[in-house]
Amino acid sequence: MTTQTLSGEFFMAGNAAAAEGAIAAGCRFFGGYPITPSTELAERMSRRLPQIGGVFIQMEDEIASMAAILGASWAGKKSMTATSGPGISLMMENIGLGVITETPCVIVNVQRGGPSTGLPTLVGQQDVMQARWGSHGDYEIIALAPGSVQECFDVVIKAFNFAEQYRTPVIVLMDECTSHMWEKVVIPPPEEIERINRKTPDGPPPEGEDFYPYRCTDGTMIPPMPKAGDGYRMHITGLTHDEKGYPKINAATQDKLVRRLCDKIRKNADDIVITEDYMLDDAEIVIVAFGTVSRSAKSAVRIARKKGLKVGLLKLVTIWPFAEKKIKELAERVKLFVVAEINYGQIVNEVERCVAGKAEVRLSSKLGGELHHPEEILSAIPEVVV
Amino acid sequence: MAKTEMKKKRKIDIMAEMPERLSSGHRLCAGCGASIAARQILRGTTDPVVISCATGCLEVASTIYPYTAWEVPFIHNAFENSAATISGVEAAFRSLKKQGKIPKNKKIKFVAFGGDGGTYDIGIQSLSGALERGHDFVYVCYDNEAYMNTGIQRSSATPFGAFTNTSPAGSCSFGKSQFRKDLTMICAAHHIPYAAQASIGYWQDLVKKAEKALAVEGPAFLLVLAPCPRGWRFPMEKTVEIGKLAVDTCFWPLYEIENGVFKLTKKIPDKKKKPITEWLKSQGRFKHLFEECNENVIEEIQQKIDEDWQRYLKTNGDKIF
Repeated sequence: MTTQTLSGEFFMAGNAAAAEGAIAAGCRFFGGYPITPSTELAERMSRRLPQIGGVFIQMEDEIASMAAILGASWAGKKSMTATSGPGISLMMENIGLGVITETPCVIVNVQRGGPSTGLPTLVGQQDVMQARWGSHGDYEIIALAPGSVQECFDVVIKAFNFAEQYRTPVIVLMDECTSHMWEKVVIPPPEEIERINRKTPDGPPPEGEDFYPYRCTDGTMIPPMPKAGDGYRMHITGLTHDEKGYPKINAATQDKLVRRLCDKIRKNADDIVITEDYMLDDAEIVIVAFGTVSRSAKSAVRIARKKGLKVGLLKLVTIWPFAEKKIKELAERVKLFVVAEINYGQIVNEVERCVAGKAEVRLSSKLGGELHHPEEILSAIPEVVV
Repeated sequence: MAKTEMKKKRKIDIMAEMPERLSSGHRLCAGCGASIAARQILRGTTDPVVISCATGCLEVASTIYPYTAWEVPFIHNAFENSAATISGVEAAFRSLKKQGKIPKNKKIKFVAFGGDGGTYDIGIQSLSGALERGHDFVYVCYDNEAYMNTGIQRSSATPFGAFTNTSPAGSCSFGKSQFRKDLTMICAAHHIPYAAQASIGYWQDLVKKAEKALAVEGPAFLLVLAPCPRGWRFPMEKTVEIGKLAVDTCFWPLYEIENGVFKLTKKIPDKKKKPITEWLKSQGRFKHLFEECNENVIEEIQQKIDEDWQRYLKTNGDKIF
């Protein structure tokens, strides 16, 4: 294995591609814990990071892994962890800490079937609502879902860029299929990869108490982030805090802080929401899918088109914030949405909310363990006789 | 001579008649040390047994649907809470006894199993809590010195210098760069009535310790070395041999701490103490240590073993907790 960041064409598994994506994005710290089906990602990082001056630490559990990447981020490194199933549940408290302390970091959740230990070696998409609401309190988060090995590479880079730009934890919702599937991956030369770095405070650290690490001065709702050791006076806390970072336990401070934490993502949804259209221009029926299932859905579209049905695919790459605008637009002109997901109905509720009765919404559900066959997705369309 | 032989034979006969709790047909690897540990330990009592088991090789491979190898009630839980789960079971049992719903003289043994990952690392919090609260149970850690169920990643039980898939040896590293934490001592420091370190290589010592652990009232802890042919890289027929070699090189001293008193249960005379290289050479996970650049690593390992061993000899018979 090379001691540099890779570029060229490779044949690799999704876990490896996600690791390389992180390295290409500038990730130099990984704190993690073995758990199927994400373990190979950690294993690759344990080999690769020491070769490029990065640090890999295996922690004693997922709670510690999540805490470690927050710490590393405050030390100025782009940091990541990867986990699955029970592991992502254990990370939830510290993900909330990452949200309130506005700590850029990336959490890869290679989804397997749940609840609990569930299906450690088999696919699931049952953690999409957990990604949104898993930690307590009001917050917004960014979550992205890759559907191919190439996308594991690409989406992890996006995740780091969003994390740095918006100062927030970003969750990458991979799944067991993408993690273990081997495909061709094209890694561009380093100079062609877009890398966003967090804003840092201008000028030398001010004397005394005059530094406001949570004050936004450029109208973006995202304050510049100093790092430990730069000399700025920092107070980082999970308590509700004012612009100085000091705990302030009252309704006014809470209102201001939580509103900004949510709005910095809500009001930038147009920038963050990534979707892909496939044969949507004249579609009367839209299949909504994400992750590996989007590939079955694409196949379903082709089969339906051969039958003369005007079916298209809306692939969600960004899961959170939700693609509200896009769904609302489509709801004005299509008659049916079919939401295909490997769970008992999670994203379908979001779609229903956005469609607001303007079209029919149906769920094509699998409960984990295997992907949809294209025919299974099509069977949700009344006109299709399978 | 004849008398001791007779005595030994009797012991074996008795053991052979003890109930079988882990049946054959499970899907642990051929030569797996964990299955030997679980089976032998559960022969330490004739009382009914309830088991909780953390996620790990023992759990996964003994309970593959639609079969189970367990002849006793078995509760699988998440990775970090084998000891917490058995705490609940044991507390409920005591409560039911108190309420008169279970006869006062009814005896049930509660045994929690966990691997080294589930015990040294993620499970140490719930283990510590259960030991401190004083539940009447036995915690057994089968120690195969890495996360074997997920494919050989380092744990805090992995020995210094060993290769694992997250402590790879190569140009940047000689393998794991930390020594194992001393879990038996950590548990004994909870002032529990019985804690012991054993190896499946010396099974009579193991069963004796299991009997004691199961008999005491209150928490007991057993740390059992369970060699893993896949993870340690040795032929599967060598498991017991390697379990012995660990003891004979003083890499894995056999001892117990009963009511705070430390006792070596197998003393290795200086003349018989084997060099650590014999243990290291027997396993592929240490292969890289025999490259020229890693000579000092082996020296460091030997030095640590010698220091520890001297300390154990000095402390033998002392009340340490």
